This record gives sequence, C-alpha cells and structure tokens, in this order.
Amino acid sequence: MENLISIIIFLPLIAALILAVFLRGEDEAAQRNAKWLALIATSATLFISLFLLAGFDASNTEFQFVEDREWLMGLKYKMGVDGISILFVMLTTFLMPITIAACWDVKVRVKEYMIAFLVLETLMLGVFTALDLVLFYLFFEAGLIPMFLIIGIWGGKDRIYAAFKFFLYTFLGSLLMLVAMIAMYVDAGTTDIPTLMTHKFGTETFSLLGIQIVGGMQTLLFLAFFASFAVKMPMWPVHTWLPDAHVQAPTAGSVVLAAILLKMGGYGFLRFSLPMFPVGSDVMAPLVLWMSAIAIVYASLVAMAQEDMKKLIAYSSVAHMGYVTMGIFAANQQGLDGAIFQMISHGFVSGALFLIVGVVYDRMHTRDIDAYGGLMVRMPVYALIFMLFTMANVGLPGTSGFVGEFLTLMAIFQVNTWVALVATAGVIFSACYGLWLYRRVMLGQLIKESLKTITDMTGREKAIFAPLIFMTLLLGVYPSLVTDIIGPSVETLLGQYETALADFEPATQVAQTGGH
Amino acid sequence: MATIVLFAPLIGAIICGFFWRVIGERAGQITATGLLFLAMVLSWIIFFTHDGVTEQIFIMRWIDSGTLVADWAIRLDRLTAIMLIVVTTVSAFVHLYSFGYMAHDHAFPENEPYRARFFAYLSFFTFTMLALVTSDNLVQMFFGWEGVGLASYLLIGFYYKKESAGEAAMKAFIVNRVGDFGFALGIAGLFFMVDSVAFSDIFAAAPKLAESTVSFLWTDWNAANLLAFLLFVGAMGKSAQFLLHTWLPDAMEGPTPVSALIHAATMVTAGVFLVCRMSPLIEYAPGAANIIVYIGATTAFFAATVGLVQNDIKRVIAYSTCSQLGYMFVAAGVGMYSAAMFHLLTHAFFKAMLFLGAGSVIHGMHHEQDMRNYGGLKEKFPVTFWIMMIGTLAITGVGIPLTTIGFAGFLSKDAIIESAWAGGTTASSYGFWMLVIAALMTSFYSWRLMFMTFFGEARGDKHTHEHAHESPRVMLIPLYVLAAGAIFSGMLWYGSFFGHTDQVAKFYGIPLAGEEIHAEASMDDHTDETHAEHMTDGTAEEHHGDDAATADADEHATEAAHAAASDDHGAAEGHSDEHHAAFGGKPGDGAIFFGPDNHILEDAHAAPKWVKVSPFIAMLLGLGLAYQMYMRRPDWPAKLAENQSHLYKFLLNKWYFDEIYDAVLVNPARALGRFLWKKGDGAVIDGGINGLAMGIIPYFTRLAGRAQSGYLFHYALAMVLGIVILVSWMTIAGN
Repeated sequence: MENLISIIIFLPLIAALILAVFLRGEDEAAQRNAKWLALIATSATLFISLFLLAGFDASNTEFQFVEDREWLMGLKYKMGVDGISILFVMLTTFLMPITIAACWDVKVRVKEYMIAFLVLETLMLGVFTALDLVLFYLFFEAGLIPMFLIIGIWGGKDRIYAAFKFFLYTFLGSLLMLVAMIAMYVDAGTTDIPTLMTHKFGTETFSLLGIQIVGGMQTLLFLAFFASFAVKMPMWPVHTWLPDAHVQAPTAGSVVLAAILLKMGGYGFLRFSLPMFPVGSDVMAPLVLWMSAIAIVYASLVAMAQEDMKKLIAYSSVAHMGYVTMGIFAANQQGLDGAIFQMISHGFVSGALFLIVGVVYDRMHTRDIDAYGGLMVRMPVYALIFMLFTMANVGLPGTSGFVGEFLTLMAIFQVNTWVALVATAGVIFSACYGLWLYRRVMLGQLIKESLKTITDMTGREKAIFAPLIFMTLLLGVYPSLVTDIIGPSVETLLGQYETALADFEPATQVAQTGGH
Repeated sequence: MATIVLFAPLIGAIICGFFWRVIGERAGQITATGLLFLAMVLSWIIFFTHDGVTEQIFIMRWIDSGTLVADWAIRLDRLTAIMLIVVTTVSAFVHLYSFGYMAHDHAFPENEPYRARFFAYLSFFTFTMLALVTSDNLVQMFFGWEGVGLASYLLIGFYYKKESAGEAAMKAFIVNRVGDFGFALGIAGLFFMVDSVAFSDIFAAAPKLAESTVSFLWTDWNAANLLAFLLFVGAMGKSAQFLLHTWLPDAMEGPTPVSALIHAATMVTAGVFLVCRMSPLIEYAPGAANIIVYIGATTAFFAATVGLVQNDIKRVIAYSTCSQLGYMFVAAGVGMYSAAMFHLLTHAFFKAMLFLGAGSVIHGMHHEQDMRNYGGLKEKFPVTFWIMMIGTLAITGVGIPLTTIGFAGFLSKDAIIESAWAGGTTASSYGFWMLVIAALMTSFYSWRLMFMTFFGEARGDKHTHEHAHESPRVMLIPLYVLAAGAIFSGMLWYGSFFGHTDQVAKFYGIPLAGEEIHAEASMDDHTDETHAEHMTDGTAEEHHGDDAATADADEHATEAAHAAASDDHGAAEGHSDEHHAAFGGKPGDGAIFFGPDNHILEDAHAAPKWVKVSPFIAMLLGLGLAYQMYMRRPDWPAKLAENQSHLYKFLLNKWYFDEIYDAVLVNPARALGRFLWKKGDGAVIDGGINGLAMGIIPYFTRLAGRAQSGYLFHYALAMVLGIVILVSWMTIAGN
C-alpha cells in the first residue's frame, strides 16, 4: 500500500476528469449521472482512507505512508501523514460524500458543480498530506480556485462581491507566504518539510527599518506565514470575508468552507509555525493569544446582532476558531490537543449547522431569521437535530464541541489568566446567540402564513445528518478516539518546540512556558 | 448497582423519547417511570447498606490529554448516597405524578403528542443529575452540571409555543452559563495547581493549596480561596443565589412537576452539593467560606422579602426555594456541611411536596395560578389542603423546642441556625441574624399562601371555583409519600446529620481524631503538624479547650458570645462521655472533611437556649402576623401596600434586578454587538482593508468592477497559472 495516499488524493480528481471528458448534456439523466459518480467517488475515497486510518500507527511520531518521487522540473513529490495531519485527511474524506449528498437538488450546471467539489477534495487532501513546500503551496493556493468558483457561479445575489473579497483577502496573505517560502529555501537549501521542521532558522535579533526584531528571521518568517494562515482561519481582524463568503455560497459550499477549508489555517500553524519557527511563535504568541481572545468575544457579540442565519453561524465559526488559535499558541499538550480536537469537532458541528440552514432555505428561500418562527410545531425531527447541534456549538459536555473548548481553556489558564478570563466569557456569549437563534426560528407560535405548510425533513436529509450526529456524540462521549491518535505526535512536537526555546534563551523562556 | 442507578434513567429517556412511536406513548411513559422506580429502590439499598467507605467505580475513559485525565466514573460515598436517594425518590414520584398532571394539557392540540417528550426530558434530567452527583472528577461533574442545565432549559421551555416560556428557558440557561464561567475557570485553576481534576487528588492537595498563591489577573491570590470562590460562582448560578438568582422565578414557566423536581428538590441543590463535595478545599479557604456565608445569608433574606408580596402561587414557592438554598449555603460556609446536606434532604421532601401540592391546586383550578383568585379551597381540595398544611408546618419549622421532635424543617433549619451562631465570625453572625429574620418571613409567606389559598372567601372567577376538583389518586400518592418524608425525615436522620460527633463521623465515614495513630506512617509532610497536635492533645475535648484558650485570634473566641458558648459547652460535656470524640482524618478520607479547627458541631450543640428557640419564636411571630393580616383583617395588606407603596413596589418587582440587568448588561451587549458589526467589521476593517487593497492595487479595482460570472473562470485560470509559473521559476532559479 505504498501509494495509498496518492490513491486517496487523486481518486476524486480522476472522477472529475471522467465527468469532464465523458459526460455530455445538461438533461436530467446527465445530471443524475454526474451526482452519482461524484457520490460514488467520494464514498470510495472515504472507504479507502479507512485503510489509511487502520494502518496508521499512532505511537510512531514519524511521517507514515511516505511517498517520495521526482516530479517535473526537479521538484519533489513527497507525501505522508503523521498524527497531526491524518485526522484532517479523515475529516475531509468523511465530509465530502455528505457534501455531495447535500447538493442533490442543485439544477444549474450540475456537472461543473460536481467537478468543482471533486477537484476541491483532491486539493484539500493534498494540503494535509504534502511534505514538500512547493507542493504544499500549490495545493494550498489552488484550493482557493474551486471554492472561488463555487461561490462565484452557484452563489447568491452578491456572489461576485463575496468571491472577490474572499479571493483578495486570501491571496494577499498568500503572497507574503510565498516570499517567506523562497527565503526558507534560500536559507535551508531544501523544500522538504520534514527536513525544514528540524532546520534551525536564524534567531539573531536584528534591526529592520529601525525596528528591533526579536527572534530575527524566525519572527519575520512567522509573520509572513501568519498573514496567510490568519486569513484562512480566519482570525480577527481579517475575518470579514468569511461571513460574506458564507452568505453567498451555496449550502454545500458553506459546508466545505466551514468544515474543511478553514482548518487549513490551523493545520498550517501546526505544520509550519510551531515546529519551524518556534522562537518566532513564542515571540508573537502573546499577540496571537489576544487576537484569539478578542475574536471569541468580538465575533460572539457580533453574532448576537445578526439577522441572517448563515451570517450568525459564520461569526460563530470565527469565535470557535479563536479557541483553536488560542490552544495552538498556548503551546502545551492540552492546548494543541484541544485545538486539533476543536477543528475536527467544528468540522462536524459547523458543517451540520450550515446544512440545517440549508434545510429551511431549500423550503423557504430565505435565511432571514425574522422570516421564521414556531417551526417546532411542524418540524419535530428538524427541531431535535437543530437543538443537538446548537448544543454542540454551545459546547455542551457530552458533545464533541465541549472537549476542544474545554481543553483549550485548561491550556490557556496555564499561560495567561487574562486571556483565559476573556475566552471563558465566550462560553456565555455562545449560549446567548445560539439559543437566541433557536428560539427565534423554532419556538413560539407558528404565525406566518408561508410557514404553515412547511414539511419536516425528508429521508435523504435525515440520512445526511445521521453520520454527523453520530460523530458529534461519539467524540463527545469518547474523545480518546482522537486524542489517542494525535497525542504522541503533539507530544513530540512540543518536545522539540520547548527544546528550541530553551536553546534560544534558556532562563527566561523556560520560566515563561513553564509548567507543562 | 450504582451503575444501574445511573443508567436506568438514561435508558428510560431513550426508550421513551425515541421509541414511543413504536411501543406507544403510554408504554413509553410507563417504561421511563418503571426504570426510575427501579433506580429509586436500588438507591435506597445503597443508602442503607453503605458503610461510609468511599468506593470508585470505573466506567469508561473520557478525556485524556497529557496529564489531564477525566474518566467516566462513579465515586460512591455518603454524599453521593444521600443525593442518590433524594434525586431518584423525588424523580420517581414526580414521574408518577406527571401521569395525572400531564394527562390533558390544553396547551397542546388533541393530535399533538407531548407526554412521551415530557417523560423523556424528565428521565434525561434525572440521568444528568445522577451523573453530576456520582462523578469522581470535576469534569464529569461539569458534564452533569451543564446537562441538567440543558434538561432544565428543555423543560422550562416545554410549552414552546408560549413566548414567555421560551424566554424563561433561555434566561435560565444563560444565567447558569454565567455561573459555569466561574466553574470552568475554577476547574482550570485547580488543574493548573494540582495537575489533576480527580477529586481524590484535589482533596489531598487542599492543605498545600492553602499555602500556595496563584497569579490570577492583576495580582497573586491565595490559591485555595480563589479556586473555592470560582467554584462557588458556579454554585451560585446553579443554586440561584443572590445576583445570579434571576432565572429561578422565571423558570416557573415550566410545568409544575418540573418545578418540583428540578427547581426545588434536585438541580438547584447541585450548588450546595458542590460546596459540600469540595469541603476539603473549603475548609482551607476561610475567605471563600466567608463569601459563601454572606451570599447565602443575603439570598435567604432577599428572597424571603420578595416572597412576601408575590401573588403567583408558584413564584412564592420559587422564592422560598431560593431562600432555603441560602440557608444551606450558610451552613456549608460556616463549615457545617452536614447540616447543609441535612436541610438539602428534608427540603427536597417538603418543597417538592409543596410544589406538587400547588400543582394539584393549579390542576384542579384549571391552570389558575394567581392566589388572589383562590380562597376557600379547603373543602374542594381536602387532601391537598392537608398535604400543603404538612408542607407548611415543615418549612416553617414546627416542632417542640429544645427537643428533636418536630417536622423535618424544624430540625434541619434549626441545625443550620445553630451552626451559623456557632461559627463565631462576623460573617456567621450576619448569617445567624439574617436567617432568623428570614425564618420569620418564611413563616409569614408560607402561612399567607395557606390562608389566601385555602381559607376565606372564594375570589376570582366563580365558574373556575365551581369546577374546581381534587386531583386523581395517581397525583395524590406521590404527595402521601413526600408527606411522610416531610414529617419524619428530620427526626429519623437527625442523629446522623447533626447528632453526636461520632454518629456523624460514622455516617460519613470520617475517621475520629483518636483513630489516626495507625495512619501516621502514610501521612504527608504538610499534615504532620496538625496531626501531631491532635495526638499530643489526647482527648479532643482538651484539644478544644486548648484551642479556645490560645485564642486562634482571627476565627475563634474573639466574641464574647462565643466564649460563653465554650463555657456552656464545657458544662454540657459533663453529661455524656460520647462527646469526647472529634473529627479527624486527612482531607478526602470521608465523604466530607472537617478541618482540625472546625468545632462547629459541638459549639452548635452547646448554643444557649435563646439561640435554639429563636427560629421557633420567629416562626410564631410570622404565623401570628400572617393570621392577623390574612384571616382577621384581610383589608390590611392592601392598605399597607398603599401606605408603603415604594417598598411594596420594590419587593413586588424583585428589587428591580431584571430591570437593572437588562439596562446594564443585556442591552449594552446587544448594542455593542450591533456596533462592532456595523462599525468594527463594516467601516473599520472592511473599509480599511478594501481601501488599502483598492488603493494600492488599482488592478483589482478594475478587475472587481468588470467582473461578471462569465469571466470568473478566466481569472481563476490566470491565477493558477501565475502561481505555477512563479513557483516553477523559484524552484529552477534556486537550483
């Protein structure tokens, strides 16, 4: 199974090519064929990826299933997974069939729509498995394009504005990352990620344009990568593209965007920032922690003011990603475990929430919260599922939403109690906007004429939610499924991180990060 | 066995909630209720067979991250056993009662099934509550803590079509979250200091915490005090204590059986349970303990004042609950955890009964809840009347002074008041006086409720009165059972909870001071000193005397009254040799822990007679006043309200807490959210970034201006080509 990763990655792409080349026509049958082929391809990818999970040895913190080949123009094709990336691969392969099933009712340019999602899956999987800098960059940037198209072609009324905003934000960040990558190559002489992770980039403080740069080159490199990852996360204050993108994106696009694409930023922090620029990370950590804390409270407050269901959930995503960055830069076991867990969990929960909006949007064609009310009377199953995911979003123990939030809060208290205080306050706000949304949509009398004939969820819709419900509860009750896999890799990463810091400035650094 | 108790309600909830369509609604209800009765029987067996030794039952791994390990596990000790019987008994009978109460609910149309949903919620609540009380670590407790919050949310909002119900449910959840905010920080702090979230580790580390400081926010704090306080904030939310109490009265929007189960007997006592559970920590956190006393006493007083003027029968009882919870916190705060648990137990019986009795009246009066429309219902509700009478006698504390014969509340409430007096600190004196005044008011509002409901002339809608009817037997049986508890539970367990030291020690599995010699080898460094002191002192009595003499200046004997108590105590010692025992053991040895300086139990027993009869006198005064105002001169209340209209309105509007919170917290938060969205996101960030981008790169402006969906693909293609070329060039050039 030495090509396992390649098979997983390129299976969707092959399906996309088949669609592009062989499928002709826009009639009903062609549409159906396109959807079925996409569903089968993504399901097959999921199935094969299970072998990856089964064959993965969590106690081994090296990269596994590594493929290393020459590629064109002297570039390397190097892929592999470790404890940090494998679950993102699984998350992607798990969610894609659900996403495809969620766009079953699309009628416009179905073939192209399916192709876009299939290509997107390949690119996202590539991001999480690439072990070469250039390869990573290709996947990372190219991943924007299908998403850009999904929003721009199949999106809502203001799709062009949203698509450009999305593009502009992420692209500007990426340019800086590209410059940094070139600098890294010049310094280390290689684009191999495992090698770069052990390479020590310069930490000599120097002065640039009259500013003292503590941590030297590492800090600069960190900032350049940060510009890209922070936009992707998205972190406050570069988050404003996300609500617009979500509102305009079609349901399935929102699901992928929230559930998987946002995780690329977090993954980048874990794969690049912490291991490659430990000193830079440490220097900038206080800033990042505060940005995270502000994101949690700010986004939650803004979420409370929303009139559009999708915008509300988008802002809630920003808040939840705040816990992720906070956990990562708390830089201890609970923090990293919690951050990764939160990303996985958010994949299920936010994906489900966008699908939940999609259910009523398909029926009423509005996302305006005020257009709803009292749906519980006619939609009991929907009410139950909505409640479950609202609670998961709020971080109720017993759902997956709790574990990540809780672990990151445990982590941050060891580092900075002010940030801990602010972030913990987010727990109150999330309850406010979550329950408020639920109440306005579901509870009360069913007064509006237009809603009186609304129907409960169909069998297909229930089937889409079933796996998400299952995972949300399973990970809530038995989170060790995740932490057992990521634990050893996180521990190794932290070990190297702390060694690097200790080398940098023994006395003060140890005192700062002390404890764990 | 404990595992079965824990999971039986969950299974009931799942069967009833998801499979009632298959097995039928009634079968679902019966399954849930049957499983609850099973859990109840097993709980009582556990309670009676428990020997005081702490037992740990591992169920499954849960969260495991580095040194943070929290399992699903059961810690079975006396505290758990008490809570098990309280929760399962009240819950089982509330299930039974609900068969009658929820039989025909006019809030739902004929074709809408709601009964199975209700029973499933009740059983689910019971499961989460049991998970809370059985947990062996703080994180599982937090699971139960938030789980009961969810169940409470669902049940308060049960009449989901009602606007006010939805609002009340939301408020309950959010205010509780404010408390949970403190709780979560407390857990984080404890994990930071102790590196574990398991109770056994935390208890063992408690003495060390008392000597450590933790840096939190702007300064360093004593670790034990800070962490105990943070946990207490959680308790304040759940137990509706002063400042975080606003949700409880609104929670009465839920069906009455819910109020009895969740908002009187079980969930709201979780905070008290938490404080008692953390007794080893509280014992080393005198500052936090004082805050607990102040908050508890203030709540007891405040809620009682508001209860005086409410007209909704359920709200009167709700404020009464709030007030009684304050009593329990005072007891826990002064260090008499056992008295807090005692009152928790007796209160569960008589308050659940009062609520169910009120429910019986409401049910019979076609959902009329305003007492101004009651009156003269004694004949219509003969059984309910006597039940309510027993409840009133119990809550007001009727009994024979200076003996241990009386209704449940008489014994447990007096135990608390005596403990507060024995505390000997400023805080506990405040507690003592507040509680005595609250006792007077308790008596007043309880009798007011009785008089307004069952005596006098029938008021309000004639039609309703004519059709008023006594409740069916399925609703009355639970009342009989709870009535038995309200009468006898106090007398039955007085010894175990508040008797001689050795009785209490045996009950909770606490080693006595003299028994520790064997344990010497395993003692930790930090406890050596205190233990050594114990042993050289010989008998505990001498130890006590020694303590009083050396005058542990801050805490003991500074007040003359207290010194008098010591004398009195000395005299009392003469009668019985059994008094010589004193609590010992290390933190975590028994179900609760009494520090070496904690002599509240003995001091409380030695309280002077005037202290012991003071609640009784307060009760009589309250009764007399209520009788005068509502039986002899029913015109007085209206006149008084008119004369003292400001005071009356102040109380009627619950000290304007809701209004203040709305003005200071809720509305500004909303406004801030809107401001940040429009100005922060819109003007500043978007404006800034767009402006920057558009300014610097005019290319993008043209792009954006011309862009139409048809062009998109070309731009995308250009972009990917650009990237490929750039990267390729870089790589080749690099080579």
